[in-house]
Order: sequence, then C-alpha cells, then structure tokens
Amino acid sequence: MNRTFSGPAIYLDRSDINTDEIIPARYLTEVTKDALKPYLLEDLTLDGFDPQGEALQQAAVIVTRKNFGCGSSREHAPWALEVNGIYTVIAEGYARIFRQNMFNCGMLAIELPAADIEQLFTLQQQGTVTIEVDLAKQILTAKGAGQEQVFEFPLSRFDNALVEAGGWVEFADARY
Amino acid sequence: MGQTIAEKIFAAHLRDEPFDGTYVLDLDRVLCHEITTPIAISDLQWREKDRVFDRTKIKAVIDHVTPAKDTKTAIQGKMLRDWAGRHDIPDFFDVGQNGVCHVLFPEKGFIRPGFTVIMGDSHTCTHGAFGAFAAGVGTTDLEVGILKGVCAFRKPASILVNISGQLQDQVVSKDVILHIVQKLGVNGATDRVIEFRGPVVDAMSMDARMTLTNMAIEAGGTSGICMPDQVTVDYLWQFISEEYASKEAALADFSKWHSDADAEYDRILDIDVTDLEPQVTYDYKPDCVKSARELKDAKVDQVYIGTCTNGRLEDLQQAAAILKGRTLAPGVRGILSPASPKIFREAMDQGIIATFMDAGFCVTNPTCGACLGMSNGVLAPGESCAATSNRNFQGRMGQGGMVYLMSPATAAASGIKGVVTDPRDL
Repeated sequence: MNRTFSGPAIYLDRSDINTDEIIPARYLTEVTKDALKPYLLEDLTLDGFDPQGEALQQAAVIVTRKNFGCGSSREHAPWALEVNGIYTVIAEGYARIFRQNMFNCGMLAIELPAADIEQLFTLQQQGTVTIEVDLAKQILTAKGAGQEQVFEFPLSRFDNALVEAGGWVEFADARY
Repeated sequence: MGQTIAEKIFAAHLRDEPFDGTYVLDLDRVLCHEITTPIAISDLQWREKDRVFDRTKIKAVIDHVTPAKDTKTAIQGKMLRDWAGRHDIPDFFDVGQNGVCHVLFPEKGFIRPGFTVIMGDSHTCTHGAFGAFAAGVGTTDLEVGILKGVCAFRKPASILVNISGQLQDQVVSKDVILHIVQKLGVNGATDRVIEFRGPVVDAMSMDARMTLTNMAIEAGGTSGICMPDQVTVDYLWQFISEEYASKEAALADFSKWHSDADAEYDRILDIDVTDLEPQVTYDYKPDCVKSARELKDAKVDQVYIGTCTNGRLEDLQQAAAILKGRTLAPGVRGILSPASPKIFREAMDQGIIATFMDAGFCVTNPTCGACLGMSNGVLAPGESCAATSNRNFQGRMGQGGMVYLMSPATAAASGIKGVVTDPRDL
C-alpha cells in the first residue's frame, strides 16, 4: 500500500492523551471515516496547541509521550488521524488497543525509548521538525534546526506484516 | 512451570502463531454494539464479504444511544438491526429488550469460564469476571472477528492482585477497584491481564466482581479476570443445568481453568482493604483517587447511577439503602439508568425504583447514554457529576464537565448533600 509515513511533525507534550481527546464521543455517531476530519484532537487542551491550527493541518506525524491513546477502544481515533493525513505516531508507549488499531489500519505506532523521545523534544525546541520514515530499514530521521538525528525503531514481525499487508483485514483474509 | 488462567485459555484457543509471540485465537464470542460495528459492516460490504463466521457466537445490542436520539443514531441502529436480520443472528437486542452490553450479555448466560470474548468496546474486560479472557478491540479486530472468528494478541503476561482483609461498612468493590487503579496507574497494566484473587474477591457476588473487572482497562489492562468458583456456578446454573449432571460437576470442570500455584506473574500486588474508605476520583484521570472525605467540599450538580460499572441490581440496592427516606439536595439532578430490562423490573418489584423516584430521581431506560456524554444526562460546561461510571476524562460526560467516579452509595450520599459525601457521614 502506498502511504507516506513521513512529513512535518506536531508535538503533543503530555502523557496519557486518551481517545476521547483524540476524537470525542459526540462524533461517534458518524458512520464514515471522512466525517471525522474536522474534529481531530478537538478536546485536547494543551499549552500552545490549537486543534484548528495550521500546525495540525500540516502535520503528517505526531510525536508524544507515554500511554498515547488510552481509554476507549474507538478506532475512530486512528481514523481521525488517517483522514487528516497522519499515518505515523511516535511515542514512548501506547495503550494496547490504540496501538493494535493503528497497525490493524496499516498505520505506524512507533515506540521509542524515553531517551530518544527526549531527544526528539529537544530538537523541536529549536524549530519545526520533519520526520522521514524508512520502513524497510526501520529507521527514522528527524530533521530540524539544520540537524539530522537518526533513530532505530525495530518493529515486531507481526506489526511489520500488518503495515506491509495494508492492515489486519487483508492479512487475516489471506490467511484464515 | 505452571500456567495462569489466561495462558490456559490461550493454549486452548490457539489457531495460529504466525510469528513468535503473536497468538491468533479462536473466538467463542464476538459481541457487537451500534457505535463500533456499523463501520465494520460497511467495510465488509465494500469488500463484498458481508458474512459472519458463526451466527450463534455473535451477539448484538443497540445500547449506546437508545432509543435513537437523532437521524445519525437512528442510522447506526438501523445498520446493526438490518445486519443482524440479514444474517439471522438469533441474539440481537433492540428497544424493549436492550440494555448495557456488559450487563446484558452476562445476564443472558452468554459468557462462560474459559471463553475468549472480544467486542469493539474497551470495557469488554468486564466479562473476565466469569473466568473468561475478554478483551476490548477496535473495529478492524471486530470486523475480522465477525468474518473469521479469530483475533490476534501478544503473549498474555499477567499481574496478580491479591485482595485480602475485611471491607468496612459502605465500602464496596467500586472502592476497591478505584484503589487498585490508583496503585497501578493508568498504564500500569498495559498489555497485561489483571488477575483479581484473594478472600475478598471470593466473597464477592458476580455483580461485585464485574465492577472489579470492568475497570481493568482504566489501568491499561487487556482483560480483568477472576477464578470461576461456586459463585460463578450458582450464577450460571440456570443456563448450564442441562450441560452438567450437577453443580459439583460444573465446578470441577470450571476449575480446570484456575491458574496453577506455580504460574508466573509479571507483578504481584497484595492489597489489604481493611482500612479502605469510600473512594472518589478527582481531576481527569481514573488513577487520581482520594477518599470521599478528602473531597467532601466538591460541588455536585448531577448524580448518575447506572452504566456497565455500577448499573446492576446490587448497585441499585446499595444506592437505594442510602436514599430511602431522603431527597436530593435542592438543585441537584438525579438520573438512574438501570442497566438492563431485567434489573429495571427487579428494581421495580423490590420498590427500589420508587425509592429513587421519591428521592427526586429521573429513571431512564437502560442505555450507556450519559456515561460518554452521548444522551440522557450530558453536562453543561462547568458542571460536575457524581457518577458510578468508569471514566473521568476531560469532557467525558459533556464538554467542560467534571466527573467524579465513585460507588453507588457514595453517589447517592453526594446527591443528598449536594457535595461529595462519604455515605457514612450522612
């Protein structure tokens, strides 16, 4: 599947951002993914973050802290990212269901050690960061302030297979 | 080396191990509701694969917004209803028979020890109270579950929570689980099964156990789980009496799932509840927990008793015992949502509904509604609710609203006083 996992990053500097914040329940009455587009992160209150702002509109990658996507199982959360062109999240950790939902949709929930996440946040203090993901090599390059930093993100074979297949439906349908 | 109950269930249901550490399990139950299932249905139609793996293992209910409140929710209900009809799914519950999924499905006897259960709902962990492995999943996992009857999981590492001591008057399973979530933290059990054991759990009814397992996800847990025992057998007996010669035979069979004495755990947490007081959350995370007395000045605009956490008969009885002969404080709105028609009827027969109404409560039909701010009691900005539900996220019950999670008795007491109140202080 042809997807761009790379692009400008938006930083959400808080742990435990839950799926109610990513897409509030009042929009769960929608029955198409596209209808979720205007509401991404609408209930997230965070210093310097504007859900209607340009930074989110231009973002292709989210960089955040621990336990991203906790709470409700709603796959509307990855879908809201997807319809906004965000196919990659980079975090120190995820809630299980959200993480699985991302890979099930053929999207990337990259987990990096705390030190790497800290380094990514430090880089961002000097200006906008762009992330380039090399899925084949399982490395990502963060570019910003005239610097380039490279991080490895070893995916499990299953996660990798899901991204390559384009998602769990494709994988399971071919196999079971 | 011994096995945990989750490992035994995994071993008994293993369909495939496509990669090291990836376990694809056969499913005994795929549960569906109208919020997360319709998009799975449309995707299956789009793929020209509108089929179900086994119509008897799929159970469906319209519960989140019911009866429909607007065109969008009417369409969601219709999509589920039409799909259930098209595939001749015998256990589909619509207006008049419907209730909150995690209350209704166990009550119908659909959940058994040793089962694998998924649903597109994070509180599916509730069903682990019966000794099942029950996990909340997203719509894609649900879709594959519907089509193929399988779901993939990572290795089921477990955390053992041993609960001992003597619960004090007005301290119940909700207080215990709030305390445990506080101890573990909101991601303390991520990718782990939480095994609830010990004499306090042994003494709990199924209603009380389901309150425990319901909130396993609030610590990030994949499933909460209790050992199936005599209480489980007694609860299920009306559904299984033809499958077993006697209750003893059922108990012996269920016991095969019990974790071995030498099973390995990621972590063991010993909790003595003897000094535990009624607990209440503050802030916007379910691990922010204090005693009701520490939060006693917090204003309450609405009391909400119901949900998959605390909308069962025992919960209603506990709240009614507090409300009896008392009324809500002026200006406080009370909402009771019995979580299933059976509970509603029993509560009427026992005079519980009358007690709530005498206290000034509005009684709604069984629905998830207000818990996630969808209907039947959404908060206005700046308002606070004493709720028996499971999530206090920012905006959960309405944009700008505040949710204090607590037990039914504490919620009732708080409604009477208009501020968070320990039920022992009335």
